[in-house]
Amino acid sequence: MSAPVEAPLAANPVEAVLRSFRMPHIWCPGCGIGTTVNCFARALEQSKLNLDKVVVVSGIGCSGRVAGYLDLDSFHTTHGRAIPFATGMKIANPKLTVVVYSGDGDLVGIGGNHFIHAARRNLDLKVICINNFTYGMTGGQMGPTTPVSALSSTTPFGCFEPGFNLPHLAESAGAVYVARWTTYHVRQLAHTMGEMLRKNGFSFLEIISPCPTLYGQRNRLGDGLAMMKHFKQQSVLRHGAPTKEVGIELQGPIAVGKFVDIERPSFLDVMNEQLGRTLEAEYAGCVKDHVPD
Amino acid sequence: MPEEAPPEAKKTKKVRGTVVINLARCKGCGFCIAFCPPQVLEFAEDYNPQGYHPPRLTDPDGCTGCDLCGLYCPDFAIYGIMLKNGAPPSAAREKSDES
Repeated sequence: MSAPVEAPLAANPVEAVLRSFRMPHIWCPGCGIGTTVNCFARALEQSKLNLDKVVVVSGIGCSGRVAGYLDLDSFHTTHGRAIPFATGMKIANPKLTVVVYSGDGDLVGIGGNHFIHAARRNLDLKVICINNFTYGMTGGQMGPTTPVSALSSTTPFGCFEPGFNLPHLAESAGAVYVARWTTYHVRQLAHTMGEMLRKNGFSFLEIISPCPTLYGQRNRLGDGLAMMKHFKQQSVLRHGAPTKEVGIELQGPIAVGKFVDIERPSFLDVMNEQLGRTLEAEYAGCVKDHVPD
Repeated sequence: MPEEAPPEAKKTKKVRGTVVINLARCKGCGFCIAFCPPQVLEFAEDYNPQGYHPPRLTDPDGCTGCDLCGLYCPDFAIYGIMLKNGAPPSAAREKSDES
């Protein structure tokens, strides 16, 4: 037996991007959002990106708190407007790596319109969507991804609206990179986030995450650990699966993997091409700022 | 007739890694304990200032320093480090490229 060893607490790899003075965070015990932040920190560390050029934009909600806890240039925007905010920032300063880190209700509920149009334009945003099937911060209301027959504070007799199949929505709208994992798949999450940081175009990652306090408790799914074990059992690896088939039912199997990885000219590529062709010399003066490093 | 060494003695156990735990931050979710590949963590009997049972390393020789606990921990309260040949813990953290 060796003696207990001591290493600095500050050497935790996540500390490099964390505002430690704001800890402990407000997320409930067993919530999966912190786990995804660990994966994001590892992906950033391995990407060797200049962190001064990485921007994180969040909307409102539990996962909207991520921006506040990350020691990057991070922005906590109004409800559903993370993507419009990020769009403006990316177009104004194309050298930035813009990550949108938000929840299902914020991104495809309140901000659903922005989501589909950013995907249509193929704007170079890295969109990470924490999907916990509910509006957590406001008290567990039914959201756009709540599965049929799930209980929530606004559907006490069971949800009867079909929920969004987010990978299918993203691919149909025009995303060039679509993947889904659960918070159980931490190594895969870090790897996928790394791929997204290198990808040019609208990249979308859906992360199925436990909400033990509201969604889990109402639907009697147990605590956070029980939900994580459920993700482990129910996940089916299906790389390249047609996104139409990867919808999620209450306690049903969860298809995970990288579904879409294609190439398509991004918004800035086509904008530079079109304006350069029609305005020629007049545009050449502006375009030098619009070429990513 | 020479006696065969018991199987456990054949393996020379080396300290390969360890975990560093920020006790005060832990919220006792149990992710690190449940998903530790060599199963060398358990809930401590003591409480932390928040009133939760933080994890405890049961078998320091069994820890591989894979840092999976660090990836799972939603409260940024634990991480694993690899140690080279029982090097002092002050040694720089080994970066793992396993993902």
